Amino acid sequence: MAKEKYIIELRNLTKSFDGVKVVDSINLKIKENEFVTLLGPSGCGKTTTLRMIGGFEEPDEGEILFEGKLLNPVPPYKRNINTVFQRYALFPHMNVFENVAFGLRIKKLPKDEIEERVEKMLRMMDLEKFGKRHVDSLSGGQQQRVAIARALVNEPKVLLLDEPLGALDLKLRKEMQIELLDMQRSVGITFIYVTHDQEEALTMSDTVVVMNEGHIQQVGTPEDIYNEPTNRFVADFIGESNIIEATMLEDRKVMFDGRVFDCVDTGFGTNVPVDVVIRPEDLQIVTDPEKGMIRGTVTSVVFKGVHYEMLIENEYREYMVHSTLMFPEETQVGMNVQPFDIHVMKKEGYG
Amino acid sequence: MKKLAVRIYMGLIFLFLYAPIIVLIVFSFNKTKSRGQWAGFTLDWYAQLFKDRLITEALYYTVTIAILATVISTIVGTIAAIGIHYMRGFGKNLLLNINNIPVLNPDIVTGVALMTLFISAGMRLGFMTMLIAHVLFCIPYVILAVLPKLRQLNRHIAEAAMDLGATPSYALRKIILPEIRPGIISGALMAFTMSIDDFVISFFTAGNEVSNLSIVVYSMARRGVKPTINALSTLMFLAVVILLLIINKKSGEGEELLL
Repeated sequence: MAKEKYIIELRNLTKSFDGVKVVDSINLKIKENEFVTLLGPSGCGKTTTLRMIGGFEEPDEGEILFEGKLLNPVPPYKRNINTVFQRYALFPHMNVFENVAFGLRIKKLPKDEIEERVEKMLRMMDLEKFGKRHVDSLSGGQQQRVAIARALVNEPKVLLLDEPLGALDLKLRKEMQIELLDMQRSVGITFIYVTHDQEEALTMSDTVVVMNEGHIQQVGTPEDIYNEPTNRFVADFIGESNIIEATMLEDRKVMFDGRVFDCVDTGFGTNVPVDVVIRPEDLQIVTDPEKGMIRGTVTSVVFKGVHYEMLIENEYREYMVHSTLMFPEETQVGMNVQPFDIHVMKKEGYG
Repeated sequence: MKKLAVRIYMGLIFLFLYAPIIVLIVFSFNKTKSRGQWAGFTLDWYAQLFKDRLITEALYYTVTIAILATVISTIVGTIAAIGIHYMRGFGKNLLLNINNIPVLNPDIVTGVALMTLFISAGMRLGFMTMLIAHVLFCIPYVILAVLPKLRQLNRHIAEAAMDLGATPSYALRKIILPEIRPGIISGALMAFTMSIDDFVISFFTAGNEVSNLSIVVYSMARRGVKPTINALSTLMFLAVVILLLIINKKSGEGEELLL
């Protein structure tokens, strides 16, 4: 059986700043040509992890492997990895062409080859008219593309991107997400992408790595992460969710709000306290409270464009519900939920 | 009406500030030795200046020391500024404050302190001690001029260069230094200005054999103010003004310099 080929492997990677463990024993394997996103709130260690892969921070413990070889002792300027930095870090005293050519000039490639590769890269990035322009005179989106071009022109095996779209406005960010994705598919380079924007992570990635407080919480496809969060933190961080403390009575039976619900989860044991996640769009409102599994009163209605976001309160808790139908405040309603939309998680705090 | 009042007020302030220097300049062209009367235009005093061996020698020392002190303090100060910039926490603040002390310290204290140090170290006061003193008091100004430029840099710019294959020293030469060049140049010009117009510290550290222009002016003035002093002072004033104009133009390209 052929072993799967990993381009980057992190083993027990640990890093502390001022005695605080920012990254705590992380293990991760990244495949060739994969688009991996490290996702988490600020301070979760995602950027530090990226910087250790780039060589800008030295791990306190643990190993980084690149194509199976230990990368730790290799200085950043000898790694076959390039980075797109937060706020780009372009060289302001050079024009666009020279910025992109910087890495190739260091490699002492022949002049005409440098010119050819830079021109090609600028064309690919829609920047061919800007070669002579000063980087300060470019818009945010254009600077962003220069930063990507400057990294990609070196044909790295792995491209690290540290919140590359953070400084752009929403519309441009969406456009650039699609562009980046196309680019990654066409050049066939492994992307390791850091963001705190869960929507961005779900849109672009093959694999999402959710991090919090220096630990990896979950690794999975965007669908896995959204539909099958492993714990409260992931469920809470990825999209909106109702997280309910419940008791797993037996396989496929979970109890909360004074009622037993059918579900599809098994293997938790009997009478075990668990957390249950129900996404707001998975609760169906019925007008007749008697026909709902859960009854409650609408306490707030907010129009969100595609749907209404309503808060529905019963004696136990408040549910967030997304629905295209609007039920005015003070209305008594019932709510139903399908067994496969009840997701049961082990109770383990955030660890 | 209001505008006029503002202008008159401004005019008065500038008159007050510059009246002494204007009088000095005017009398450097006065034909008689009397300081109260205008007796016609002459350039004699300037001509006499350059015939005076004491003064030409002092000019030579002033310029030599200024150039050497500028070069040395600019190199040392720039390296120090880069070091301080990449430090963190308590040590950085401490160093920044230590750096500010010589700037705020009264010259007379610095001068006496340096003299005591040199003598207790068994050094003969002269060209070398004066040069060392000038280098010392110029370094903080260079650091103060270079640091703001470093702060303007993107934090990751050196890393970006290394990421693209540059060794640390290549990144320093090709990326960091070109980026902070305006700061280095204004630091150097400030150091040069400070060195040229320093009197107090030079007076204590130069000893008997060497003197710069300020010391010569001072010792001449003690024997009575001759019009040649006016001429010499005028030239020194002009030199400093020209330097200041260059500094302002240079720093205007970046950010305002604290003077």
